[in-house]
Amino acid sequence: MTNVINMPPSLDEHSFEQIFDQLAPIPPDEKILLDARRTRWASPFGLTALLTLAQTRLERPSLAVPENEDTASYWSRASFFKHAENLYDISGRLPRSRQASESSVLLEVTPVVHTQDVHTVVENIQQRARAILQEKLHLQSQVTMRFTMALSEICQNVIEHAGTGGWVAVQAYKWQQRLGGRNVVVIAVCDAGMGFRKSLESAQGPRPHDRWGDSMALEETVMKGVSRFRDPGRGQGLAGVKRFIGTWDGKFSVRSGTSRLAIVPEWDPGDEPMKEGLAPFPGAQVQITIPERMPDA
Amino acid sequence: MISHIDVSSVLRRSVCDLYSNLVTRPTGAAVRIGIEHHLDEIGDKALAVLDFSHVGLLDFSCADEIVAKLLMQYVSVDIPRREVYFVFYGMNESHLEAIEAVLERHDLALVTQLADGASALMGTVDREQRTAWEKVCELGSVRAKELADATGVPADIAERMLETLWRRRLVIRQESGYFPVRGATAGLNPGGLLADGTPGGGGVELS
Repeated sequence: MTNVINMPPSLDEHSFEQIFDQLAPIPPDEKILLDARRTRWASPFGLTALLTLAQTRLERPSLAVPENEDTASYWSRASFFKHAENLYDISGRLPRSRQASESSVLLEVTPVVHTQDVHTVVENIQQRARAILQEKLHLQSQVTMRFTMALSEICQNVIEHAGTGGWVAVQAYKWQQRLGGRNVVVIAVCDAGMGFRKSLESAQGPRPHDRWGDSMALEETVMKGVSRFRDPGRGQGLAGVKRFIGTWDGKFSVRSGTSRLAIVPEWDPGDEPMKEGLAPFPGAQVQITIPERMPDA
Repeated sequence: MISHIDVSSVLRRSVCDLYSNLVTRPTGAAVRIGIEHHLDEIGDKALAVLDFSHVGLLDFSCADEIVAKLLMQYVSVDIPRREVYFVFYGMNESHLEAIEAVLERHDLALVTQLADGASALMGTVDREQRTAWEKVCELGSVRAKELADATGVPADIAERMLETLWRRRLVIRQESGYFPVRGATAGLNPGGLLADGTPGGGGVELS
């Protein structure tokens, strides 16, 4: 029997929870069909999480592609279908494959499996990032390097901690409603690996603490810089990412297992710093959002 | 012996011909090992100018592997690997940010040479150490008594301060006194130890 999972019209970090909710009760060896026919838009989180989801299934899943041509065309330009074809049985009309000429795609969906993939990501994004961050987001010139440093560190976390490969994508776009229609740039990095809790437990075992679980593992790692490695130099990558986020009024969120931790800026008061009891999903799914800087900021 | 090490060349030689960015821990470890091999060949007492001019990006993880782990071997143990002094040259603002973070994490310090040839301290250095270091740079070479006279601290404290700076490899100790650690760019002549106008060129014995 095929279980149909209905995808929301707009696929982002928050709406993806609807997919996780539908997926949770379905055993991994059962066939699923992700129905994206009515989906009109997807963020980098949506695209990378979709690929990650397929990697958690024992039975190859199916994907019905968006009927809207612009949507499908964008997914194609973002290199989503190039990778999805290896993971999903695709149904529906695929647009002709094209390179991402659109300037808003800073980094197409890219696999992160080996160290050299991080080099490739960094080499590829620098030129495009400079143009977008300075011209569209009005950030100072030195932000490009720091943005790329943050991207590099987040990608390395996949290789070092996930135990599997992951996916990264970066896009700039204009928010329609939030932040008064400001431009933002969004980095999403998703994997279906061991996740934060198992990563910490792999070195020290479960903590003898009533609260021990995904949320506490996230707190320890993200907020306190704890690492499974004994090397005292570890944990600096995430610390650097947090500094970058703080400096540029950005937002950082990471979902792992059944919890999600977010460093919530003032411009997004509706979000919560910690969510627990979410539908379980393996690995870690990270999103960084950097907003356009207004002239008086 | 003075040695100029182009970090970007070490990256290309050790990891990949096409890379210009220092990112990831494995890359950092490979570059550090490349630098160590180079240092192994230049004698027991040496000054190495690590030139970052052609390095694009340096991320935190790579900075930890290259800078912190390199320094820890030579400056922060009781019996360091050898008497090697470092000058970090050609660093841009983002390099500085990553390096400053890792120095702070490990309580390390280093000497960097700025574009105008002036030297500066980076990392964890208390006020007394910084004052003493600046005085050494100002005077060119000092003995404990001269530092004591110049700063107004007792001679034994001045001696201890210079010894600490030397142990951290922030000043060079010679029989004739303590000298600032400087590269040879901009034609500087650190305490008479260097005469070469090219970065780390030549090769002058540190006695």
